[in-house]
Amino acid sequence: MHTLVDAHGQASRSALNDPKWVRVTLTSIAVAFILLFLCAPLVLVLYQAFSKGLDAYIHALSDPDALASVRLTLLVAVATVPLNTVFGIAAAWAITRFDFRGKSLLTTLIDLPFSVSPVISGLIFVLMFGAQGWFGEWLSAHDIKVIFATPGIILATIFITFPFVARELIPLMQEMGFEEEEAALSLGASGWKTFFLVTLPNIKWALLYGVLLCNARAMGEFGAVSVVSGHIRGLTNTLPLHIEVSYNEYDVIGAFSSASILAALAIVTLILKSFLEWKQGKG
Amino acid sequence: MPGFKPALSFTLIYLVLIVLIPLSTLVFKSLQLNFDDYLAIITNQRIIASFRVSFLTSFIASIVAGIFGFIIAWVLVRYSFSGKRLLDAVIDLPFALPTAVAGVVLATIYQPSGFLGRWLMDNFGIKVAYTPLGIVVALIFIGIPFVVRTVEPVLQEFDTTMEEAASSLGASRLVTFNKVIFPNIFPALLTGISLAFARGVGEYGSVIFIAGNLPYISEIVPLLIITKLEQYDYAGATAIALTMLVISFVLLLLINLLQLWARRRSGQN
Repeated sequence: MHTLVDAHGQASRSALNDPKWVRVTLTSIAVAFILLFLCAPLVLVLYQAFSKGLDAYIHALSDPDALASVRLTLLVAVATVPLNTVFGIAAAWAITRFDFRGKSLLTTLIDLPFSVSPVISGLIFVLMFGAQGWFGEWLSAHDIKVIFATPGIILATIFITFPFVARELIPLMQEMGFEEEEAALSLGASGWKTFFLVTLPNIKWALLYGVLLCNARAMGEFGAVSVVSGHIRGLTNTLPLHIEVSYNEYDVIGAFSSASILAALAIVTLILKSFLEWKQGKG
Repeated sequence: MPGFKPALSFTLIYLVLIVLIPLSTLVFKSLQLNFDDYLAIITNQRIIASFRVSFLTSFIASIVAGIFGFIIAWVLVRYSFSGKRLLDAVIDLPFALPTAVAGVVLATIYQPSGFLGRWLMDNFGIKVAYTPLGIVVALIFIGIPFVVRTVEPVLQEFDTTMEEAASSLGASRLVTFNKVIFPNIFPALLTGISLAFARGVGEYGSVIFIAGNLPYISEIVPLLIITKLEQYDYAGATAIALTMLVISFVLLLLINLLQLWARRRSGQN
């Protein structure tokens, strides 16, 4: 049987190959497209940010409004990412370790925020907490600001980044099965101990990647945040909103120096993703 | 296995509080509208024009992303050349790059003084930025990873013995591609295109900088929702948002049916 396959191996490989001119043409199209369409924008962010030199770059980033937007962006990420991480782990645990009715519905509902336009994601929080929203009167009577303030930005960001961690964990934990966990439990380990010593080491890279994706989106979200923020300089502008304001005022260095921070974050995310895939491919 | 009750209760409470209750505001708000008011909002000429712009540009962009995405996936799966891994990693850039960054950088590249904008203007007389074409360019950028990442795994798992069989029976490479490979990949390609399309219709950040936002010409639906909200016209914003969701839903349903048909034809199920 083996010799048969080997004898035809050479012939069948050539049957799978495209003619050389096809290969060259298609590869050139693909490479040109990726370079021009995907790589060029990334390079241009850095080029524009440093077009007036390093001093101008540092000066633009130490502008009080820029610093305030960095602080707010970090605050939003710190409030958002841990909550969605805990949720992602809990959801993945419930969905992959147990059978219950409505499981596939639950899995679909978790993905819901991905299929809603960012602008609509902002709109729903305005409908809840805005001046004429559900809780608008009550909130203004108690002098609590949600919309055009930090709480609204955090809520909209939690909504937008809701599925990220769960989505990375569910397929992995499904594939893993739970024999190892059952073994630990039957040997007398507690539930938490099993989770930390058996489950967590197995899912740590996927978890890290999910957290990083969630964080990148939390720091970079624009549409939803733009609806609930009100664009108050130095107060409710996150980094992406600061980019918008600077760009619209023709402050190229201001816009692109802030953009370079977020671009760097995107590159780190991509590197980690490649690393994770390489790691999984080896294991 | 322990922890079922706490894990599921937390999941459900969090889901209801963060996702379901906020989304339900759309439904309740639209129930307050009577049908005539709704029709009056939606049939406004400027709003109809924005729907045309949004859906048409998303449609064209998702088709273009489909063509190039398919070529890229094919090249990445079937051919080997140096630097392939790096190119493969770059495909996800539009997923990872914040939309506002993509928006300002694309606008800078394609504006009349930008490096591609000037080249296209001088050589072909094509104006990209501040026209509907600019919207299409931004949406191709956003849509490309959806196509590549849906087609890639299907191409990888494609059973090459079918190709070998076709070829050993005397089919030319082109016939093998048309009759054997493409019909099997087509459903995945459709999924990728529809994902790109759905994302494109709702896209805001990467579009508004390059679009120029001229009423009736390059104004997208999400921008009109924001304009309504800035005027505290919650009813108007909700009516537009709901219409957008319903149209997208119907279109995706149609694409799903098309996919089912394609799958039946190629004998998969």
